[in-house]
Order: sequence, then structure tokens, then C-alpha cells
Amino acid sequence: MTRTGPLDAAVALTRFGMGARPGEIATVAADPRGWLEAQARPGGAPVPAGAFETSEQRLEAYQDYQAEAARARRMREAPAAAGTAAMAADAPPSAAQEAADARRDSRRNLVQDTAREFLARAQLGAETEAGFAERWALFWANAFTASATKFQAAVFVGQYEREAIRPHVFGRFEDLALAAESHPAMLLYLDQAQSVGPNSPAGERRQAGLNENLAREILELHTVGADGGYTQADVTEFARALTGWSTAAGRRQEEGRGQGRRRAAMLAGEPGENGLTFRAVVHEPGERTVMGRRYPAGGAEQGRAILKDLSNRPETARRLARKIAVHFVADEPPPALVNALERAWTGSGGDLAVVARALIAAPESWAPEARKVKTPYEFVISSHRAMGTRPQRVQPLQQALVQMGQPAFAAPSPEGWPDTAADWAGPDALVKRLNWAKAAGDLAAERDAVAMAQGALGERLGDRSRQFIARAESRAEAVTLFLMSPEFQRR
Amino acid sequence: MTDLMMNRRLLLGGSMAGIGLAFAGQAGAQARGPRPKLVVVVARGAMDGLSVTVPYGDPNYAALRGGLAVEGALEMRDGFGLHPSLPGLKTMYDAGQLRFAPAAAIPVRVRSHFDAQDVLENGGEGLREQNDGWLNRALAAAGGGGGLKGLSVGAQTPLILRGAAETSSWAPGGQVKGEDRIAALLQDLYVDDPLLQGNLARGLETEAMAMAAGDGSTLRRNDVNGLGQAVARLMTGDNGADVIALSVDGWDTHARQNGQLQTRLTGLDQVIGGLHDGLGEQWANTVVVVATEFGRTARANGTQGTDHGTGSSLLVAGGALKPGGLIGDWPTLADNRLFEGRDLAPTIDVRAVFKGVLRDHLGVDRAALDSRVFPGSAAEAPTLDGLV
Repeated sequence: MTRTGPLDAAVALTRFGMGARPGEIATVAADPRGWLEAQARPGGAPVPAGAFETSEQRLEAYQDYQAEAARARRMREAPAAAGTAAMAADAPPSAAQEAADARRDSRRNLVQDTAREFLARAQLGAETEAGFAERWALFWANAFTASATKFQAAVFVGQYEREAIRPHVFGRFEDLALAAESHPAMLLYLDQAQSVGPNSPAGERRQAGLNENLAREILELHTVGADGGYTQADVTEFARALTGWSTAAGRRQEEGRGQGRRRAAMLAGEPGENGLTFRAVVHEPGERTVMGRRYPAGGAEQGRAILKDLSNRPETARRLARKIAVHFVADEPPPALVNALERAWTGSGGDLAVVARALIAAPESWAPEARKVKTPYEFVISSHRAMGTRPQRVQPLQQALVQMGQPAFAAPSPEGWPDTAADWAGPDALVKRLNWAKAAGDLAAERDAVAMAQGALGERLGDRSRQFIARAESRAEAVTLFLMSPEFQRR
Repeated sequence: MTDLMMNRRLLLGGSMAGIGLAFAGQAGAQARGPRPKLVVVVARGAMDGLSVTVPYGDPNYAALRGGLAVEGALEMRDGFGLHPSLPGLKTMYDAGQLRFAPAAAIPVRVRSHFDAQDVLENGGEGLREQNDGWLNRALAAAGGGGGLKGLSVGAQTPLILRGAAETSSWAPGGQVKGEDRIAALLQDLYVDDPLLQGNLARGLETEAMAMAAGDGSTLRRNDVNGLGQAVARLMTGDNGADVIALSVDGWDTHARQNGQLQTRLTGLDQVIGGLHDGLGEQWANTVVVVATEFGRTARANGTQGTDHGTGSSLLVAGGALKPGGLIGDWPTLADNRLFEGRDLAPTIDVRAVFKGVLRDHLGVDRAALDSRVFPGSAAEAPTLDGLV
């Protein structure tokens, strides 16, 4: 296949972007590389449109929920504790029932807000003209997974992507890492907010101690990687350094008088950047050694210094260079591409815009064969783009993604979503894609599927698929065949 | 069976010899007797073995665990008890259909979930040695020239069942029927894409079976027992799957683990109960293995949970199981016996148990187990006392 502007445009829009909308290939064909490079802007990736709470506002709503949950628990346990008889069945709605209802309502409101944000994010994906910036942002959100499988993280995951990830995806990696690890979503998801230094003032006073979850996953999943050369002792030392990294305390705890007030203020800690609140009262005192480097005692700064060093280690550059190549180009990426990305990373001190430009410049990125199978989210969003539509309601969107194996904001573990064909194109997953493609075909039945396929795939559309689509017995069937074609399932 | 009936069958077989060849495979399978069924449950996230097969007879248990020590364990022999959320498994234990290794581990000492799950599933001796799963390799190596059918539950095929042997997968919620015109068209359209072609064909075949069994989209989301029964139905009949991989997530209990474990263990108990109920008579030919990537710290951490550890429980259940005692030794929780001063020390390699099950239940010979199914594992003998 000869290299043409239109072919490169189709590659740029499908492999690097979220898919092509009608007419987009023609627009981008004039300068596909320039179109991509222009999206690597210092301000980061665009955020979903709509009125959403900041994490400070969200924290208050979350604390209201916690207070309601505590009240409901007290009310439930109170009669039993007092040894009184159970309330009569025909009594008017009890205070306990009201408390339980209030708790359930505020929990539902929190989850619904996150669902609303997911819909806004899907709509951004379906309509954006900066598809590469969107894919790049989603890649980094996945590299720093805070998963809604845990309720506390589900409350903050929308804010997390908007506040911690998107603004930093074309900046320095160390800044992205700091923003991500400091955010309430991550601090709650990986249990950091509860970790207490055993020799801290608070640790000596009560039964509480270290939780090494975040420290381990930073090493293993966010920076140097499992083969990055650290030991269990490094994990524990890093966990000690991170004690005190926490979320802001609620208004209620800051109220109070006299000694209670001073104590509450001490427990509340000091608000810092990126939403991090540092609670000196639980911080493990002393200097720390992590991966052979010594860090003097120093409050929140100690953990920051370790994180910064980890962010800038060569193992981190190597690992993430490969992860980028796997995500964008091939499950087994060409070594030359990985090397080019690694050089760009180390040469720029982890400037992610420079790394993005290296990805765009590498000839291996433009091989015409589509080697990546789309994830369910990519499949659904690119289908909307091909049809020129956008998801209207969150419920069917969520249901489709659950069935295909990629529920909204809910990667199965801190490792994030997997990224190879073997993960996404299993027998049952393909049956579920076909289900969805049939429903989409029925909805788009008045459309010209050949034109739709041409608009979405351009010169990537092969003769065989074109013929199958053209010869379909109905327009609905033609759309389904297009959506299930190998060219559209891959990118 | 009376002689008369036997003769009648022989007679019929003889008279239909000309057209009977198409059924030779099935007849062969019947002649071998009931097909062995194996279900491997991967508990992802590091299951806290000390809360599953609770060593309440160990003098250090209560002190190490503090508030996490399980109360009301269902008493077994040897100083162990099952977590109270496992009443179904307790019934199996009482019937001689449950055994366990109290301190099993993969061959590599790592505390990364993902590295450890890879090793648990790929059956390697070290990190990153195999790209396919041991259960898939076992399908090819099983006795009778293979022919055992593999199936995973869930939209994604887990590593343990990935590999050269073709397998299918299934999850509730399907609508497409295999005989649809569009399915045939796609088979044709995928002629140059063997991955999509093969996987869609197998997915549709399994879906058709599930539809026939009435499991289309009727299953409620939290009906774990129903899921177990639906899987069981996919395992019965001439075309049923023989080897199943099933994942149960959510075991990473770093904080407030008591409540979380109660939920997870109830689910585990119910899904195995569903398999038992759904398999009916086939339960007598079935073995269920539950394994996790590693255990958790012997001591409670500072947040009413536990961190990543080493040894954990490995469960083997099923009607095909022979009654017996502990698999492997109990290392005790004495301070000087803890691995690296913090974890339950493993006394048996998970591969030894897997090899015992594959040899005794699926008829995989020792040479294949040592070289192909678990490469480089010759030193790990299959558990010796005849598991099944």
C-alpha cells in the first residue's frame, strides 16, 4: 500500500484518536502529523463539559454521606444495645428508617454524579476534534488507575480525571505523578488516607499503623515496575514516608472549642497542593532510605522527594515507553519504537509532550496494518463517531460496557485495564460486541452503511469488507457488518 | 445392564455401521465412562487464607490477628475451622468432599498481585516464563487424545486458559443465536482474521448452549448461586465443557477486612454450591480447585486489614475427591516460623496440588506434567496420596 495523505489521516484518526467522524479524514488529510502535534498542548487535554463539583465540594458531600451512614448505624444498633424490645411493626416510619433512607439516598446521589460525569466523558470522546489528546489522557488515567470498584474511589473518580490527570498529560511526568498520588481518589482507593506511622504521635496513642498499599503500587504500577529493582524494605520505607498524606477533614471536625478545637485542628492537618492534606500527627518521624537513596526527615516533602526520584528513574522511562507503544501501536511493539520513546523521555526529563511528539514522529507508528483490537470503550465511542451520533443516556452505555467487559470507570484492579487482543477479543466478548452492533444497526437503519464505513475508515477499508457491506440484505445488517468488520474492530 | 440390552445395542450398532461413523467420537467418549470435570477458581487480589481455613488451634493465631481473628469458625479436624460464611463448603467437608492445603504458594516469592497471578496462571517456574496458561496446556495433554473442552466464565479469557488449545467463554446476557444469518456472514468476512473468526464461532456456540439451557439474559446480577448453576449447565450434555476457569475478584483486603471477606466468602460458597446443585449426578465426576496468588500478612496492619503476604489456603472440593487430611504441613504461626518475619510460610508448591489433580483426575501423565504443563517442575512431585 502506498503512503498517502488520506491513508495517514485514517491511521491518525483511528490509531491515535477516538475514530473518525464523517468528513474528518478529508480535513485531516492535509497534514495528519501536524494535526496530532497541535493537540499536545501545555494546558493538557480538554475536560468533559458540564457543571460538576470540584473535589473540595465533593469531599463535603462525601462527609455528609459518612455522617448519615454513621447516624444510620447508631440508630440501627441503639435499640439492641439498650436491650429494649424491637419497635412495633405498625409504628410510623421510624427515625432509624429515615436515617437509613437518608444514607441510601446520598450514596445514590454520589454514584449518580459519577455516572453523569462518565456520560459527559463519553460525549466528549464522541464529539471532540482533538481525539489524540483524549486517547492520550485516557491512557494516563489508566496508567494511574483509581477504580470505581471501590465506593470511596467511585465518589471522586470524575474529579480525579479532570483535576489530576487531564491538566498534566502534556506536562512533566513527575508533576502528573504527584497530582495523581495526592488526589483524594487515589489516597482513598489505595488506603493511604488511613495509614498511620506507628511512632507518630497518633500512632503511639492508639491502635493504628502502616498501610503499604499505595507505596507498593506506586513502585510497581506507576513508576519503576515490578522488575524495577526494589525490595520489601523499600516498600515499607516508602510507606513510612507517605504517612500523613491524606484527605481534608470535614467541616464538623474543625468545629469545636478550646482544647477540643486545638486537637481537631491538629488532626485536620494542613491543606496543600493538588488536594493533598498533610496530617503531621500521623507522619512517621525520621529519615528514610528508598532504593539506596536517603531522605532526611521532613514531613510531606519527604514523600514528595521520593516520588520525584522514582518518577525520574530510567526504569520508569523504559517501562512507560513500552506501555505507550503497546497501547498505541502493537501488543508486541517494535523495539525501535520503544527505544525512540525512551530516548525522548530521558532526553527531556520526562516531558510528556516531547514523548507524544516522538510517538508521532516514529515511522513504526504509521504502519498501515492495524494491529490493535479496540477496547470496548474505544469500540463504542468510535462507533458513535462513525455514525455521527453521541451517547444520550448513561444507562444503556453502562450496560453495553459491562457486557463487553469494561464497566465505566471500574478497572478490575490498580493495574488498570489490560491492553492486548487476547484481553478484549475473547469468544464471549465478541458475542457481546455483535449484540451491541446489531442493536446499533437497527437504530441506524436509515443510513448508508457504505458511506459510513468509507467516512470512518477511508483507505483502511478493504475490498472484502466493502463488498460485504454493499451486499447486505438490509441497511441494518450492513451497519452491523461494518461495525464488526476486522478493519473497524482493529485500529 | 442386562445381556439382552447389551446385545440389542451391539446389534443396532452393527446394522447401522454404514452411517455410524459420524458418531464414532461420541461413542468413544461414552466408552471411556463419564468425562472428568474440573473447575479452577482463581481468587484474585490475594485471599487471606488465615481467614478461610482458620487455624484457631494455633496458639499464636488469636494474638497475631487481634480484631481480625475469625469468630465462630466451623470446626474441622487438625485445629482448623472454616470461616462461618462457608456453610456449603462445610457440608462438603463433612461428606469427605473438601480438602485443603493450609499453607500453599506459587514457586516465586513476589508480593505483586499481577506478577504473582501471572505465575499462578501460566504455571512457570519463575517470572515471565510462559505466555499461555497451564490449564490450556493441560487440555492438550489430557488423556484420551485430548477432546476435553475448555471454557472460561466472563467476557475476558483469563491467562490460565489462554493458549494453543481452542477454548470458549461465556457470561450472562447474550441475545445472538449461532444460527443467525449475520453470524455466518461474519465467519466469511473474517476469513483473513483467524483470531476474530475462531473466537466468535466458539462464543456463538457456547451462547447457543446457554440459550438452550434457558440462561440467555435472565440471570440477576448478584445471583451467584444462579451463575454457578448456569455454568454447571454448560458443563453437562455431550457437548458440555469439561474444564472451566472462573475468576472471583475482590480479595485485596488492606482495610476493614472482616466485612469484605464475609461478602466474598459468601459469594465463593454460593458459586460452588451452584455448581454442585447444577451438576447433579455429574458432581461425582467433578473436582473444584480454589487458588489465590499469595496470602496476606500474618499480623493485622494498622487499618484493620492485612497487607500482601506469602502462603495462603488452597481448596480442593468435589464429588470425585477422595477423603483425606491436610495437603502439605502446617508451618505454625510461631514468630520464628513466619516467612521474613511477617507471612505464613508456605509448605507446599501450588503446582504439586495442580499436578496431583491433573494426574489423578484428567489422566495427564507425569512426563507431560513435568515438561509441558508445568515446565521445569520435575522436582515438584504431584501430591502423593492420590487426591482423586
